[in-house]
Amino acid sequence: MNALLNLLFILVFPGMLFLLTLGLAGEYVDRKLYARLQNRVGPPWFQPLADVFKLLGKESVIPEEADKRMFTMAPVFALATVIAAYLYIPLWNTTPIFSFQGDLVVVLYLLLIPTLTFFLGGWYSRSIFSTLGAVRSITQLFAYEIPLLIALLSPALLANTWSISGIAVYYGAHPWRWMVNLLGFCVGLVTLLGKLERVPFDAPEAETEIVAGSFTEYSGRFLAFFRLAIDSEAIVSSSLLAAVFLPFGLFLPVWLGVIVYLAKLAGILCILALMRTLFARLRMDQMINFCWRYVAPIAFLQVIIDLVVKEFV
Amino acid sequence: MPRLPPEPRVTAASLAADADRVVTVPIGPQHPALKEPESFMVDLRGEKIDAVRMRFGYNHRGIEKGCEQRSYTQDLYLVERVCGICSYSHSTAFVQAVEEIAGLELPPRARYIRTLIAELERIHSHLLWLGVAGHEIGFDTLLMYTWRDREQVMILLARLTGNRVNYGMNTLGGVRRDIAAEMMPLILKVVDSLEERTKTYIELALTEQTLIQRLSHVGKLSKEDALRLGTVGPTARASGVDRDARRDDPYAAYAELSFNVVIDDHCDVYGRTIVRLGELMETYSIIRQILKQMPDGPIATKAPRRIPEGEAVSRYEAPRGEDVHYVRGNGSEKPERVKVRAPTLANFSSVSKMLEDGYLADLPIVIAAIDPCFSCTDRMVSLRDGSSTRRTMTWDEVSRMGIQWHKERGLDLSTLRIPGSAGE
Repeated sequence: MNALLNLLFILVFPGMLFLLTLGLAGEYVDRKLYARLQNRVGPPWFQPLADVFKLLGKESVIPEEADKRMFTMAPVFALATVIAAYLYIPLWNTTPIFSFQGDLVVVLYLLLIPTLTFFLGGWYSRSIFSTLGAVRSITQLFAYEIPLLIALLSPALLANTWSISGIAVYYGAHPWRWMVNLLGFCVGLVTLLGKLERVPFDAPEAETEIVAGSFTEYSGRFLAFFRLAIDSEAIVSSSLLAAVFLPFGLFLPVWLGVIVYLAKLAGILCILALMRTLFARLRMDQMINFCWRYVAPIAFLQVIIDLVVKEFV
Repeated sequence: MPRLPPEPRVTAASLAADADRVVTVPIGPQHPALKEPESFMVDLRGEKIDAVRMRFGYNHRGIEKGCEQRSYTQDLYLVERVCGICSYSHSTAFVQAVEEIAGLELPPRARYIRTLIAELERIHSHLLWLGVAGHEIGFDTLLMYTWRDREQVMILLARLTGNRVNYGMNTLGGVRRDIAAEMMPLILKVVDSLEERTKTYIELALTEQTLIQRLSHVGKLSKEDALRLGTVGPTARASGVDRDARRDDPYAAYAELSFNVVIDDHCDVYGRTIVRLGELMETYSIIRQILKQMPDGPIATKAPRRIPEGEAVSRYEAPRGEDVHYVRGNGSEKPERVKVRAPTLANFSSVSKMLEDGYLADLPIVIAAIDPCFSCTDRMVSLRDGSSTRRTMTWDEVSRMGIQWHKERGLDLSTLRIPGSAGE
């Protein structure tokens, strides 16, 4: 019975189905807001879903020179790891479906895999645009991943636990202490743009240079899986930021808790859409320079702040 | 398709060899960065550009040849279609050459109306460029904003001339439509509103950090190189070359108007942006002067059907740079030779210089920064050895040959009946 209930949790709520719905809704919010900020009308609410169905119905072309196994496995792995990561994140309470000491590191690791699949999918497409996009993806990874990691670990340092639910419990017991980590939250938002490959960090899929980067050769259901994975990745990483940096409203009744969670998510997604509207795309060298010169030191500063605060409280 | 051999084992030596390996990326003929087909084969070392090989000729339409087989009036409309953006530039450059051969003197009002349409065209072309430049560096918000604002001038042009792009305003000896007095406040309103918007864009260009980072020190072209490679228009002026056909060789009403030639010494894409934005501000002032000084009178003189023997070269400062048309008449209704030198052709040789030591990421914006118009540029050059027989075909013969070619391959469109069409 317990196993059946767990399966229900994983597949329906708050697991896969819920995540995919949120992902599509998130894409809608992002696209609509982006369009409105640019003085356009924007898509209707069902457009992301319609896009997925359209892609599922289209022919999936696999290039002759591509490694078929890697080419077809990459999108599936991307989606699977994102869904797996979601199961370890507490959403509107302090208890996710699965939790253990050290799950923060596991979630970060699972969220790293989609980027690796972008690389592998692009690399094994064997097309020049895909290869360049793949190399850019992996280069960019080295620029944003470490600041993101450091930023996410600093609240854990203060809470003295390596589990996300432990962090939630700690900040629930000490309200307002999450304010200490606002700097880290900003680092998280900026690096998230890199992780999701959005303007200004969208060089890996810069259409005016390398067409669609890693995804140039992808079509049909493989592209649909990648699209779903990216949409879900946005939700999962936003949820992670919300759980680690905005741990409030976790002890409310479920319906109110869900509303607070969705509000946090919407807030983060809106900030991401806003940043995407405001900037031009940075070159690879500028992006790496920016991340190491400004973002990484700020992340380290956050660690120092947390260590100092820990000494005095 | 056999499987590719397995990847070689990575060693320190192979990594060192890889760092030196050149990868060739085909940008075009079909590529999202290019709005028209043209081919750039880019050799890359990592992200750095090693060499660029350009190839033209994907857009050749035979317009010059077509002109020789049509009357001067028909040619006017054909030449207008050389370019989809600076259509009025080509039409005016052509008609000026013909008028010079025929010795026609334009009525003052016609000269002012031509100048007005030319400057309105400059506004729409420069705003379009700003949007395209934004898109090339991934700043789509700028594209959406500038193209929204550009719509105002497009609608105005449609109200003044009847068309958004190919205005059909010119005729031999003048213009075809008068500008009604009640249109004047409308033009002023659009100019006022666009001036406000342009000020915003200038502020944006001066303060927005990602924009400055992507445009500064990109596509460097020194003044010497700009002169040596024969660049024209904003590309040359952004490298400090003080040259503008409107001032140096005034045509239409420019001699009676006062304006500055905007020059910049950044010598890069950022400078080209500054020059174009500055030119927009000058254009607004020119239009205000035109509206204030517009004389009354007829808008055209009577032009003869047959243009006398003679030849003329006409210069015109198009939004992209100096446009040169050469026309030779032989006393008949049709020109003997028409030659178009579009500004993009003059600017193109500078592109490979600008791309030297650049990044792949800068390639789209560097190409876009000369505001290229490939279809205007493509001309045909045929090389023959002495032994082959030369054949010249008329327009009708080419058309007949095309139909025959398809018939031989089983496609006979003459049996096709279009429902609702008159006649057969």
